Amino acid sequence: MSMNPHTQESHASRSHMAISDEVAIQMNSVHKWYGQFHVLKDINLTVHKGERIVICGPSGSGKSTLIRCINRLEEHQKGQIIVDNIELTGDLKHIELIRREVGMVFQHFNLFPHLTVLQNLTLAPIWVRKMPKAEAEASAMKYLERVKIPEQAKKYPGQLSGGQQQRVAIARSLCMNPKVMLFDEPTSALDPEMIAEVLDVMVGLAESGMTMICVTHEMGFARKVANRVIFMDGGEIIEQNDPEEFFNNPKSDRTKLFLSQILHH
Amino acid sequence: MSEQGQSYTTGQHPDLPAPVSTTGVIGWMRVNLFATVPNAILTILAALFLLWFIPPVLDWAFFSADWAGQTRDDCTREGACWVFIKVWFRQLMYGRYPVEELWRINLAYVIAAAAGLLLFVPGLRGKPWIGLFLLVGFPIIAFILFVGGNFGLPVIETPLWGGLFLTLVISAVGIAASLPMGVVLALGRRSNMPVVKALCITFIEIWRGVPLITVLFMASVMFPLFLPEGMNFDKLIRALLGVMFFSSAYMAEVVRGGLQALPKGQYEAAQALGLNYWKMMGLVILPQALKLVIPGIVNTFIGLFKDTTLVLIIGLFDFLGMIQLAGTNPDWLGFAIEGYVFAAFGFWIFCFGMSRYSQHLEKKLHTGH
Repeated sequence: MSMNPHTQESHASRSHMAISDEVAIQMNSVHKWYGQFHVLKDINLTVHKGERIVICGPSGSGKSTLIRCINRLEEHQKGQIIVDNIELTGDLKHIELIRREVGMVFQHFNLFPHLTVLQNLTLAPIWVRKMPKAEAEASAMKYLERVKIPEQAKKYPGQLSGGQQQRVAIARSLCMNPKVMLFDEPTSALDPEMIAEVLDVMVGLAESGMTMICVTHEMGFARKVANRVIFMDGGEIIEQNDPEEFFNNPKSDRTKLFLSQILHH
Repeated sequence: MSEQGQSYTTGQHPDLPAPVSTTGVIGWMRVNLFATVPNAILTILAALFLLWFIPPVLDWAFFSADWAGQTRDDCTREGACWVFIKVWFRQLMYGRYPVEELWRINLAYVIAAAAGLLLFVPGLRGKPWIGLFLLVGFPIIAFILFVGGNFGLPVIETPLWGGLFLTLVISAVGIAASLPMGVVLALGRRSNMPVVKALCITFIEIWRGVPLITVLFMASVMFPLFLPEGMNFDKLIRALLGVMFFSSAYMAEVVRGGLQALPKGQYEAAQALGLNYWKMMGLVILPQALKLVIPGIVNTFIGLFKDTTLVLIIGLFDFLGMIQLAGTNPDWLGFAIEGYVFAAFGFWIFCFGMSRYSQHLEKKLHTGH
């Protein structure tokens, strides 16, 4: 496939978005087992500030486990994970500091059903960052406008559609002003007509310079926004490259097989 | 095309009223009472049974009953002799609490009722303060009023407490203590810390595994054996401790059911936002878990309220105990039935009240999904 003007343009705009030299996340020789099952094998990954990384792979490849290790929703048994210069160990203080700077968006949204949208958004800033209520609410409304649903502020999550709920979930994470955003298959539980509205928000977020790691099957999104696409299989990182190279010249056979399965329907 | 053969253009069919025989009272009766021949027969049999059963009961309880009088001789008619209840009413309500000090108990009732009613006023601000008052301030006030010894109030020893007053004291303490203790035990049982988990499991299984009667009996008889000479614990306090521990073990399992029912994603989202353990539990998990198990919690409260009758075993005369005492009084033998019917009625009022409140709470907390 030759370079067409469209990809040229997005390539240019991608390089426009500065990737700093600072390292946001460093993973060194990380291994993880569930009991005897070796689910992450010797993961080495460096994520710079401002990078947008898409991780793809067949199910069971460990991609969700990898990003869940970054905010300690899963524990790694071997190796080192360093987030924002804080090492991730069993030390609760480190874990709490890291979780403040790392936001996560889940496949099933996980909004708090007993709170309104506004309360969902202001909960963590008020109780973790000790922000005064008025300031937290102003910030929450700002982010709700950014995800284009300010009018839903007083509703409960159960009254919103899936796409709206996921956008609220993104806004909720953003209210903590994290340095890194993790997305765990954010559009996999959405009806097709709602996927676009969530991806738009994520593209906007990327363009504002947020460091993002995204586990997703949306390859269009990867082409548009990612600096790097990582392919995982069987707990290992098989291949990683910028999107052009990754989609046009996959090196490993397993990558080729995976791409042929997901790009042809 | 409608039944009368009238046809409408496609997309223009008007909204017609439903046929008479399917709506309203007749419609309801057709569907629910007389839908099929067996159903119709059952309906008729049930109606006949009610006709046979209810009028004699009503006659006994109301129409042929004695309502006026002062002594046993006034019980002349064939029905219930409610004179018995009337004459003993003060003891049934307050036990042997001195008559001239009853105002103290009544004052406490009024304060509690006023605070409780305030909680029902919609939109009133400062409700958490009222709640705090009921949980902390009011017990202190009630303690000062009931026991006396301060502010010039004469001391009234706990053996004199009895009747509905004693039932309410034991239930209120048991209910108020069992919920927070139960929550702590449930959280401890689900904790990752092995010692905390083992202690909580042990506590729950021991107190859940023995009957309340043995708990009360052991608290009353055996507990003093372990204390040094001369040190004496008030019998009521021992009973209260036993009831508290027993009830909190039950409550712990009810709460644990709620904690288990919450999707793991709720825990994960709270953690991912940086909430520590107690903030996660207090702001996200417990509000949802407790709301889920309101039926179980209120069920446990209602059970506890009725279990307080077991204190008779250790010589405390609660509502039922006083009724039994009155019924075995030599002047008033033979009115056991009136006594137990009144007891059942009394308990039913409180238990039904709790049940209705729980439904109100569920409706109020239902946030639409």
